[in-house]
Amino acid sequence: MSDRAGPDAGEGMAGRNLPTLKLHVPEPKFRPGDSVDFSDFDIPAAGATPRPDEAVQPGAIRDMAYGLIRVLDEEGAAVGPWNPGLPAETLLRMLRAMALTRAFDARMFRAQRQGKTSFYMKSTGEEAVSIGAALALARDDMCFPSYRQQGILIARGWPIVDMMNQIYSNKGDRLKGRQLPIMYSAREAGFFSISGNLTTQYPQAVGWAMASAAKGDTRIAATWCGEGSTAEGDFHSACTFASVYRAPVIMNIVNNQWAISSFSGFAGAEATTFAARAVGYGIAGLRVDGNDVLAVHAATRWAADRARSNAGPTLIEHFTYRVEGHSTSDDPGAYRSAEESSLWPLGDPIARLKQHCIRLGIWDEDRHAAMDKELAELVRDAAREAEKNGILGHGLHHPMESMFEDVFEEMPWHLREQEQQMLDEWKAAGL
Amino acid sequence: MNELAIETAREGDVAQMNMIQAINSALDIMMERDPDVVVMGEDVGYFGGVFRATAGLQQKYGKNRVFDTPITECGIIGVAVGMGAYGLRPVPEIQFADYIYPALDQLVSEAARLRYRSAGEFIAPMTVRSPFGGGIFGGQTHSQSPEGIFTHVSGVKTVIPATPYDAKGLLIAAIEDNDPTLFFEPKRIYNGPFDGHYDTPAVSWAGHPQAQVPTGYYRVPLGQARTVRAGEALTILCYGTMVHVAENTVAAMGVDAEIVDLRTLVPLDIEAVEASVKKTGRCLIIHEATRTSGFGSELSALVQERCFYHLEAPVERVTGFDTPYPHSLEWAYFPGPVRIREAINKIMKD
Repeated sequence: MSDRAGPDAGEGMAGRNLPTLKLHVPEPKFRPGDSVDFSDFDIPAAGATPRPDEAVQPGAIRDMAYGLIRVLDEEGAAVGPWNPGLPAETLLRMLRAMALTRAFDARMFRAQRQGKTSFYMKSTGEEAVSIGAALALARDDMCFPSYRQQGILIARGWPIVDMMNQIYSNKGDRLKGRQLPIMYSAREAGFFSISGNLTTQYPQAVGWAMASAAKGDTRIAATWCGEGSTAEGDFHSACTFASVYRAPVIMNIVNNQWAISSFSGFAGAEATTFAARAVGYGIAGLRVDGNDVLAVHAATRWAADRARSNAGPTLIEHFTYRVEGHSTSDDPGAYRSAEESSLWPLGDPIARLKQHCIRLGIWDEDRHAAMDKELAELVRDAAREAEKNGILGHGLHHPMESMFEDVFEEMPWHLREQEQQMLDEWKAAGL
Repeated sequence: MNELAIETAREGDVAQMNMIQAINSALDIMMERDPDVVVMGEDVGYFGGVFRATAGLQQKYGKNRVFDTPITECGIIGVAVGMGAYGLRPVPEIQFADYIYPALDQLVSEAARLRYRSAGEFIAPMTVRSPFGGGIFGGQTHSQSPEGIFTHVSGVKTVIPATPYDAKGLLIAAIEDNDPTLFFEPKRIYNGPFDGHYDTPAVSWAGHPQAQVPTGYYRVPLGQARTVRAGEALTILCYGTMVHVAENTVAAMGVDAEIVDLRTLVPLDIEAVEASVKKTGRCLIIHEATRTSGFGSELSALVQERCFYHLEAPVERVTGFDTPYPHSLEWAYFPGPVRIREAINKIMKD
């Protein structure tokens, strides 16, 4: 220190000819009313990114955190070393799962607007992120999702009536009407209970993966958060644990550009990529075109193979766009340009896979239109079925005393007393 | 964007305001008066906050003083401690009180103790605004009332307004206060004085006397309760949304209750509490937060310690049950008119 400290060390800088400090506050490129121009948007060519060995040292693939893995090109061809070469059956399964997710979202969004429930969140434009990953993982790998990965449940074949019962908080809701709509839990589907708080699932996924490793299991864990919530401390705790214990976990960052009204710059996107968070932790980091379901599938499979072979965790940034509002509670027209979603340079994930399937000769426009019609009817019928169990606020809910269950394994005296008091009071009131 | 744009106030002007407008007005006035006041939080800048409480402020005062933050509550509060150390007077927003827990270390170990551990060299003159409470079908992560966690911590003040008038005057007083203050806003009554009857149409603040708010600067001092209704039969201690539920229930029952809106939990207006209970001899405490170790426990102990020989009946509490806030059973959980009426009947029987 002594050789660096000059004679003025410790004294004030006042009186010196120094520049005025300035606070930088990020600002998105486009606000409401602005014309959107994405011409300076740098899109690496599909197929251009090399595919390293799954056991590669993280330090050897640092550049991948700043690139973009893409498989589907502009003509709908699957190209390059990351092409997963999926059979036709899997491609069509993916397409259907994505279309069903979109139809489900449309139906449930409308149900909220009709006053049948309190809240809903769509995943429009981001379907590939959940479904590409779900189909690349083993069915018994454990998922710790955020609130926008309904596609995982749909890809894993979970009954949509069950999901709707949860959204309606009705008497058919396995979660007893306790959670805000879309905060699913489905242990049988390897789908951890969703929290309304942000990124809390990240260290939990790492913990599950560490447990699996400690027990000599073969199953791995995967988790998801938005780019905005990478700012939370839990994200960084998770990365540290994952790195230290080389946990068999895949940590996904869904960079959909917007966290309610805050653009990705408020999570650090002006300075670097989100995949680059991996570099500092010594974790393998991949950056993927999140609207390219084949790229999502390939990156997830790479990370899963890496985890399964004890080569360590992977952090994957899925670069995508949140086409709709954050939830039914906000109007995106108040904070971003309405043109952004339609001009998004990476396109629509369903349209891109559809184009690919048509190009392969395994699909056509008529079949696609027929599928969309069938799925719209399927979700309509499922909603009618779920509504027989009740909608929010119309009396068909779990019994009042169910409120006191599951706080503890065994109900302590004070909860028993409170339960009895509630029942007595409602009885006295003639209710 | 600027639907809540505040007109420059002339002394003495009074305007009809809901609680959001009153809070917006307090922030506007304090930013105008004190260049060291800064507003920060998730979505508070361009968008003006998810409840619109900061609408128009960034436009008026610029991004150096009103800015969006990364989604990290510990970061928001930690940064506010640092800004306070520099000499600013930060007003951070935690978007929902349910999201405050990642900030606990910065609040409890840092902000609350900075004055003490540095013997006054450093202070944390921040006012943390945060919407709290249920009644909007927010489920367990958008409905909680965590005030009791903070009243248990030495070194932070806890303030909860129940009307637009108090919201503005208390917020100004909190911002001017040199100690860290948690300012919990009962979001169920942002737009109207909810009386607990969830199945009747919502009423707005229009016409409510406490919604006539001076457009200029005024303070409602911290640590002073407000007698909402004077009475002889029993004392009801409450705050936030529950003030209106209590008021309506008492009116419907025709009981001559004295309703005391505490307004500040720490430091508590103990003189007002003591005087009222000694006068009536009966005490009901109402809060929406869970019961065990809730602020009602402290109130009950204080009343017992100070008014024991004046009590004609045991102190009663009506509170949220000791469960997470359920989504579909929100109204069974909410300590509404049914439960308050039963408790009053019980107290008055003895």
